[in-house]
Amino acid sequence: MMPRVLSVFLLWLLSSAAFAVIETYEFSDPELEVRYRQLSLELRCPKCQNQNIADSNAPIAQDLRKLLYQQLEAGADNDQILDYMVARYGEFVRYRPRYGGATAALWLAPVLLLLVGIVLALLTVRGRRKKEQKSSVLSAADKQQLDSLLKKTEKNS
Amino acid sequence: MAPRLKLFLPLLIFGVMSIFLFRGLSLDPQALPSALIDQPLPEFSLPVLGQDRMIAQQDIAGEPALLNVWATWCISCRVEHPYLLQISADGVPIYGINYKDEDAAAERWLAELGNPYRANIVDRQGTLGLDLGVYGAPETYLLDARGVVRYRHVGVVDERVWQTILQPMYAQLVAEAGQG
Repeated sequence: MMPRVLSVFLLWLLSSAAFAVIETYEFSDPELEVRYRQLSLELRCPKCQNQNIADSNAPIAQDLRKLLYQQLEAGADNDQILDYMVARYGEFVRYRPRYGGATAALWLAPVLLLLVGIVLALLTVRGRRKKEQKSSVLSAADKQQLDSLLKKTEKNS
Repeated sequence: MAPRLKLFLPLLIFGVMSIFLFRGLSLDPQALPSALIDQPLPEFSLPVLGQDRMIAQQDIAGEPALLNVWATWCISCRVEHPYLLQISADGVPIYGINYKDEDAAAERWLAELGNPYRANIVDRQGTLGLDLGVYGAPETYLLDARGVVRYRHVGVVDERVWQTILQPMYAQLVAEAGQG
């Protein structure tokens, strides 16, 4: 049962790569094609908001892919292309937003949460260790009480 | 912190999360503010639908106006069309951007359904649409008298949208223009 489910899942993964390709562009330089792939995965489709432009079939994603192709062929660098897109569609179009202003929270939150987690873990571990130490060492008063209790039970038996 | 108070910590966290999640219920996740807010209309020079002349961004400035992106293939545009006619009859200047459409179809549409537009900018390739950050028709931009984009509405303009959002802003822009 399990291997079959797994193989179906793997097939699905493979085929999803097939329907991601929508139109093909001829690049003058293979390096441009690599950048085209990378940028089209990183740019978000403004219409279908949870897809990048490489995945989306929306007309606007098609337009943006064409634009991306034209700009790459015209020799624009990645920053110029991203600036061009952001000027028109806002920081929203980047899945990897620039650091600063409103996006600072996005970039810093994971680090802060990790730090909070580490501190909490350390505090818990330390608290537990202290408790263990306390419980294994008897104070003088406890010892006296224990001794007297033991003597009592000995007498009774 | 006293151990007793520590017990209330989960309740506190729950409370804070509830406030944020409750706020999220009334937000529209699709809403996307235009990158052009408070910026002048991008430069363009495009033909006017049905006329033998070109139109540029400065031809639209002068008074507050609506700039409506539409096309004959856009079903929602047909829905908002009667309401645009009504607003335009009330004296609000509306300019159209005929977005990635065919001239003949667009002219037929206006002849059949009525024409609420002062002029229609023919954007066959969608280049002006791209500069404006249009991602789907219909979209309606509110411009002030200097031709600066002040607001963008994505989707159908109907009675509710006009009365609650666009009309108050438009009235304010008209007042602004009167002062300056």
